[in-house]
Amino acid sequence: MTDNGKDFLRELHDPEAPVPPELQSSVAVTSFGRLLSTVYNWGRRNSIWPMAFGLACCAIEMIATAASRFDQSRFGMEVIRASPRQADLMIISGTVTKKMVVPIVRLYNQMAEPKYVLAMGACAIGGGPFKEGYNVVSGIDKYLPVDVYVPGCPPTPQALLYGFIALQKKIDQQMLTNPNSVPWYGRGPSEAVPLPILGPDVIDPRQAHMLRRRAGAAGQEAAASPAAESDLEAEA
Amino acid sequence: MYGLGIWRGLRVTLKHFVNTYIEDVKWGFRRHIPAEAFPARQGLDARGVFTVEYPDEKLAVPERFRFIPFLVVENYDHPERPGHDWCTSCGICAKVCPPQCIWIVRGEDPETGRPVPEPEEFYIDIDICMNCGLCAEFCPFDAIKMDHDYELASYDRTTAHIFDKARLSKEFRYWQAIAPTRAAEEAEARGGWEHKDVLKAKAKAAKASE
Amino acid sequence: MTDQVPAAENLSPTDEALSVLQNQFPNAVRRDDRDGYSGIVVDPARLVEVATYARDSLGYDYLSSATAVDYLGKGDHLEMVYHAYRTTGGAALVIKAQTDREAATLPSLTPVWPGANFQEREAYDLMGIRFEGHPNLKRILLWEGFHGHPLRKDWKEPYYEQEQKPFDSRWPNGRVVRSEEHNPYGKNVQYPDDFDLDGYTSPAEAAVYEEMNLGVDIRSDLATERMVVSLGPQHPSTHGVFRMVAQINGETIQQLEPVMGYLHRNHEQIGERNTFLQNMPFTDRLDYFCSLSNNLGYAIAVEQLMSLGARYQPPTYRAEVLRVLMAELTRIVNHMVAIGFLLNDLGAFFTPMMYAMIERELILDFFEAVTGSRMMCNYMRFGGTAMDLPERIRGEANLVNDRVRDFNTMEFLRELILERLPRAVDQINEYLTTSEIVTNRCIGVGVLPRADAIALSTAGPVLRASGVAYDVRRAEPYSIYPELEFDVVVRDHGDIYDRYLVRIEEMIESLKILRQILPKLEETQGQPFFAGRGGIYSPRVPAGESYGRVENPKGELGFYIVSDGGQNPWRYHVRAPSFINLTALERMSKGYKIADAVGILGSIDIVLGEVDR
Repeated sequence: MTDNGKDFLRELHDPEAPVPPELQSSVAVTSFGRLLSTVYNWGRRNSIWPMAFGLACCAIEMIATAASRFDQSRFGMEVIRASPRQADLMIISGTVTKKMVVPIVRLYNQMAEPKYVLAMGACAIGGGPFKEGYNVVSGIDKYLPVDVYVPGCPPTPQALLYGFIALQKKIDQQMLTNPNSVPWYGRGPSEAVPLPILGPDVIDPRQAHMLRRRAGAAGQEAAASPAAESDLEAEA
Repeated sequence: MYGLGIWRGLRVTLKHFVNTYIEDVKWGFRRHIPAEAFPARQGLDARGVFTVEYPDEKLAVPERFRFIPFLVVENYDHPERPGHDWCTSCGICAKVCPPQCIWIVRGEDPETGRPVPEPEEFYIDIDICMNCGLCAEFCPFDAIKMDHDYELASYDRTTAHIFDKARLSKEFRYWQAIAPTRAAEEAEARGGWEHKDVLKAKAKAAKASE
Repeated sequence: MTDQVPAAENLSPTDEALSVLQNQFPNAVRRDDRDGYSGIVVDPARLVEVATYARDSLGYDYLSSATAVDYLGKGDHLEMVYHAYRTTGGAALVIKAQTDREAATLPSLTPVWPGANFQEREAYDLMGIRFEGHPNLKRILLWEGFHGHPLRKDWKEPYYEQEQKPFDSRWPNGRVVRSEEHNPYGKNVQYPDDFDLDGYTSPAEAAVYEEMNLGVDIRSDLATERMVVSLGPQHPSTHGVFRMVAQINGETIQQLEPVMGYLHRNHEQIGERNTFLQNMPFTDRLDYFCSLSNNLGYAIAVEQLMSLGARYQPPTYRAEVLRVLMAELTRIVNHMVAIGFLLNDLGAFFTPMMYAMIERELILDFFEAVTGSRMMCNYMRFGGTAMDLPERIRGEANLVNDRVRDFNTMEFLRELILERLPRAVDQINEYLTTSEIVTNRCIGVGVLPRADAIALSTAGPVLRASGVAYDVRRAEPYSIYPELEFDVVVRDHGDIYDRYLVRIEEMIESLKILRQILPKLEETQGQPFFAGRGGIYSPRVPAGESYGRVENPKGELGFYIVSDGGQNPWRYHVRAPSFINLTALERMSKGYKIADAVGILGSIDIVLGEVDR
């Protein structure tokens, strides 16, 4: 593909990009791949199956969204699967604790690609009001790639529906012709996220080297000056 | 008789099923029900189940609804101080905030170094905010209010989720529009539609001129 | 006007009991004479003896709450506090036992009150007190292998910023920084010197199965095989992130252990850092179906403490009416959804749930219009409520396609209480109560006998379905409940079906209360809904302790608060009904099929926000 072609693709990915005048009010089939992507994505985005997976308060709003007043089946999302193998979308609906992050990562690894993660509510996005706690992960995006963030505490069902629409838009932009737009059109299965380990604190194996360095440093620091404030400042 | 209970149950489900269509018949099975039918379908009198067709019709949130806070600034076409902050950076909202998601840099006079009643910077981390509304409740200047805009979903949190002063500021007119009753009540308590300080200055000026 | 302090005639039996105990154990028992404290301090060596005597001879058969307090810098000891009640009603007998911080050991009270089981495990987990004689002393909310005991006052978490809120870094020089960014790797975590990640296996999972006799164990006289089944934490019928580890023989449960802590979000530790007012929105997130009655419980606990000080003004009558209105509507919401979930667990795929959600949405419309949020209401304040009822339930169109509804609040409420909700309750009754599927699955399953229900400290519908007429609204009345006429619902069999029926009948009783509330609401229209001056964000709370409890839809919700006179509570403990009701789960499930365990769990009606806190 030429450079020009790449630019054009990027433009298609950008939802803000203006539609050229000659293409307005007409369907343009510029390549077979793009047509295929459009049809394929139309099918995918209208049949996202979420996983039945409630964590905390937000899960109740998620149930309210699935119930009759807001009715997420209008988006083709009513098939809520209890098994990660059959699910496309993981809605992280609530506080992710250190104890729970291990099963969450395991469930994510078990989901078949293409898979999406929607972080619902302040807690799932960044720890929320419970962030300062000793057992709370400050945001699931430290472990999993998150596609859509829905802020709020809790987001109302309508806010969540807006998040679903955002996710559909994102799916629409993923191109079969462009392997870089999504991880799973590349070669072979993607790598599993390494499971966190419940040690003295939760340990992300990807940060093991950091742990070793810090463990040594922390020991010396603690011996030298236990004053927490000065430490914080020094670090900031 | 065995099975009577199940039959009764099925009768209730059937009733629900039929009720849903009775209401639809009234509106001729139109896909989008006219706006005047909306309160009846989403109220207590509704028999059957009616869905809010979200992107095409939305439930307007009540006046007291609270989502992420916003800062009230003077209307941009205000004759004297357009776009001026109502916030005086007194810091009460930051003190009362339960998850401590508000960061304020108090404004300072560059020459004297004394605090001026205007925040230099104002941040709210919406990943921490718990929408409790205590900041708005205890703000003595009616300068921070809870927003009604819940459509905030985004693809990226690192850049978009710390709201700075520019992102938080909204005209006073906006607050009047989303919560007319409460805005009026507050204005009554203040003694006028203007900011407290402006009213005070006016009263002072009036006294001086006497 | 009402008073939260127990009336004089209620106090005297407790005083009497205290003097009896003092006479009986002259050397081991002394009065707790610190300012604002009550009850007795018992010598740990004779704690079991004193507790047994209190239970058997004085009738304090129901242990409501057991929790630990760390008095670092205030005597430097750990203190275990037990609140015991009589199931016939009345005030608490408060028993305390103190122990050294370094080698903290106390005798376990599980032989006396088996309901202390989980609560003592929690005290061990979070405070590090070892209980001698406890049958299964291991961590309950955190995992085995966690460093330290986080509720101790000298323990610091990874993102530690400052001991008390408000944090100094927020104002006047608050440059925003995300705590995980400037402290990317929790520095307060202490790793053992020889810690090596490569050779590390987490003891967390192994500990869960420790008592479960893992491994193949086929006895010659049985044709069935024993195995261990782990249900959860991700399972559609565990109501969130709850986990049960059951040892089954064939399909029969022989042993079952609840594993929790997957939603342990450190409510109590954050609560001790918050100011008193800042805790109010956090209580919303305990039992997130019933935020309004959680608010009420916390407000009552703090008001009890405030009433010890000068210049305290009790809530106005209007405020009490509003509080009861909200609490009872919450009860209906909760029971309706609880029944929906129970039916889901029994296999009715979502239909009852959906019907329950319809009514819930309508009540939530009311909550949203009054308090500003559907679920996290944050409505009560110390001395009243945050706001009065609005005149109209309406919103302004703000976003594109917004559709406006406009109802008169009182008319809406009247129609809701007098027509809509009774009809909904009748409907549940009609399509579920006599259904053969429900009766077959529920009658005689998960039986909890009366004596066990009391001993295991169950509360709420679980306790009342086992034939104990214990309701805090009557046993130790608060707010305006003494003026209201309603019955305490009791059933005798203690099975799933009775728990279901108790919930239905409680909804009917709640509607009865609400019907009495409506005229009161109209009478008090325009009266102040808040006592004293508004706008105070740091109320004065004198030093002392208080235990405020309310009858939450799920059972008795208690807040144990210790204040040292400062802005923040010294200790903030939640006696969560869902958590303690789970103590009885094993007793209920033993001997039934694994498929019934799901229904039994549904009939307890737990919410994980409250179980794990």
